[in-house]
Amino acid sequence: MKTLKIEELSKNFGSTEVLRKINLEIDEGNFLVLLGPSGCGKSTLLNIIAGLETINEGNVHIDDYNVSKVEPKDRNIAMVFQSYALYPSMNVRENMIFGLKQAKVSKEKIEEQLEKVSKFLQVDALLERKPSQLSGGQRQRVAIGRALVREPRIFLFDEPLSNLDAKLRVEMRREIKKLHQQLKTTVVYVTHDQTEAMSLGTNIAIMNHGVIQQNDTPENIYNKPSNTFVADFIGSPSMNLIKGNLKESSNKVSFVTHGSNIEIPINGYGFKEKSNLDNKEVFFGIRPEHIFFKKSNEEDFEINLRADLSEYVGHEQIMTFNFENQEVLAKFPSTVKIDLSKNTKLFFDLTQISLFDAKTEERI
Amino acid sequence: MQDKIHSSYKQLEQKSKYTNLFLRWFLYLVLVVFAFYFIFPLYVMVVTSLKTMEEIRQGTLLTWPSGLNFDSWLVAWGGRGYGAGDTFLKPYFWNSIKMVVPAVFFSTFIGAMAGYVLTKWRFKGDKWVFLFLLFGCFIPYQAILLPMARTLGVLGISNSVIGLVLVHTVYGIPFTTLFFRNFYVSIPSELVKAARIDGAGFFKIFFKILLPVSTPIIVVTIIWQFTQIWNDFLFGSTFSFGEAAPIQVALNNMVLSSTSVKEYNVDMASAIIAGIPTLIVYVLAGKYFIRGLTSGAVKG
Repeated sequence: MKTLKIEELSKNFGSTEVLRKINLEIDEGNFLVLLGPSGCGKSTLLNIIAGLETINEGNVHIDDYNVSKVEPKDRNIAMVFQSYALYPSMNVRENMIFGLKQAKVSKEKIEEQLEKVSKFLQVDALLERKPSQLSGGQRQRVAIGRALVREPRIFLFDEPLSNLDAKLRVEMRREIKKLHQQLKTTVVYVTHDQTEAMSLGTNIAIMNHGVIQQNDTPENIYNKPSNTFVADFIGSPSMNLIKGNLKESSNKVSFVTHGSNIEIPINGYGFKEKSNLDNKEVFFGIRPEHIFFKKSNEEDFEINLRADLSEYVGHEQIMTFNFENQEVLAKFPSTVKIDLSKNTKLFFDLTQISLFDAKTEERI
Repeated sequence: MQDKIHSSYKQLEQKSKYTNLFLRWFLYLVLVVFAFYFIFPLYVMVVTSLKTMEEIRQGTLLTWPSGLNFDSWLVAWGGRGYGAGDTFLKPYFWNSIKMVVPAVFFSTFIGAMAGYVLTKWRFKGDKWVFLFLLFGCFIPYQAILLPMARTLGVLGISNSVIGLVLVHTVYGIPFTTLFFRNFYVSIPSELVKAARIDGAGFFKIFFKILLPVSTPIIVVTIIWQFTQIWNDFLFGSTFSFGEAAPIQVALNNMVLSSTSVKEYNVDMASAIIAGIPTLIVYVLAGKYFIRGLTSGAVKG
């Protein structure tokens, strides 16, 4: 039994297609993050799961029960919003029990739930306050509390941290992670922040233009992006995508950029399909953090590149190198001294590379 | 060289100080002149209403009255006590109250509902509905006189306070809807979503969540509608006469129909009485208006 299952779901607003044939499944207790740039349809998908938007095609199942036409309140879900959406005229207590009162839960049960949750979230001292008298972090907690008291099957979070300042955001992120570890409730979480997605999710579904690009564990998303969009979207700075061709001769495969005679051997790469590789136009993908200043393992590929630009960011520096007129970014500890406009010896960790077909932009 | 620059800075500083001083005093002067200009008619009205006819004939407009003489106010409110032809404000004042209170209530309530639907429960063609409602704001009063008279006749409520309530409610809805729509647009729709997930329905969301935060706009709407309806003369004089007339019509009749001498003191007292309720609304509601503005808002 899947806690949440979405089948062939499509949604359009008038003539604009927002979601196209979405398929998703979540197991009990998992934390799924919907990640993507703004306008990719992730919030719409969340609203559809909540029942706040109608569906054009496809179905949503919660616990194997088709809820596509069920009212939001009967779906056994709870949602935390970006603006928290606390009812301004009610105090914290009224805010938290509003849903239970609507559901005609008995008074004793409401009090019990309220006490349990408010203690758990440490908002028990704030119960008589109005939302306007709370700080950003407190509002966030109350909003989560309002969702918790209903003991839902699925928690829906719609960019709950984007209204907080940077420091508080990191704190609340950890609290949400702890919360999930303790409660083990199924969560669907929408964000455009990749750090949030990576640190919170047990699964990440990356979306773009209403289509899921990759739905995988954070490790796989980072190490084995399924296409150039994912490769580019995840990581800061994002993965270097160097255009060039593959060369296959006597069972050895190597990568050559245009107008260069440097051959990078890629025999160790795990191709999905090892045929027709010769002369294939590809993107050679390597993350800035996998380019080193010192040789760290035997297979590292040595290369001389000219440093063009240095960006110092405190704990590290981001260097831009010129590789046959293509920019290659690398991350080093800020203690390393590199001269600009000079050739520098660098080492590519070839075990960490990704290759993409230049035409389809898919991983090969 | 350095010294030269410094001394010229000093000169510039002096100059800008004098310019600012001059501008400030000029500003006060203009304000005082305008204040006098606006207060002058009110002064004349109050002063005249406290004079006897004798004093009015002998003195000028600006002369101070000999004492606090409220006789003309009593006459304006309750009449002289002799039978036919004695017009006074009391019954018409209550007519106006009976007309204004329900008309303000209904038009505000319907406007709030309409604004809520137009912003939080979007439907196909809602933009057109709003556009047509907006159009209603621009229709001149005169254009609807005839059709409205016919409608009231068909409904059998012409020449009655109820008829006027209907006219003012209908005519007020475009304005009140516009006010509430623009206010509710700024309230995050996530509130409505959260309430829907919590299981609240259409009316519950309106009464429990939106209405309690609407104080500022309710007050603005009430001030606007009250002033409009209380001060209206055209609808009142067209759709009612005699007993059912509102105060503005009665005021007009009083001033124009006096057969003998023009009693300026009574006229002035009547005019002030007719204007007092709107003043009261401004004074009372203005306070709540500020309070509503400062307390209600919760930003995201």
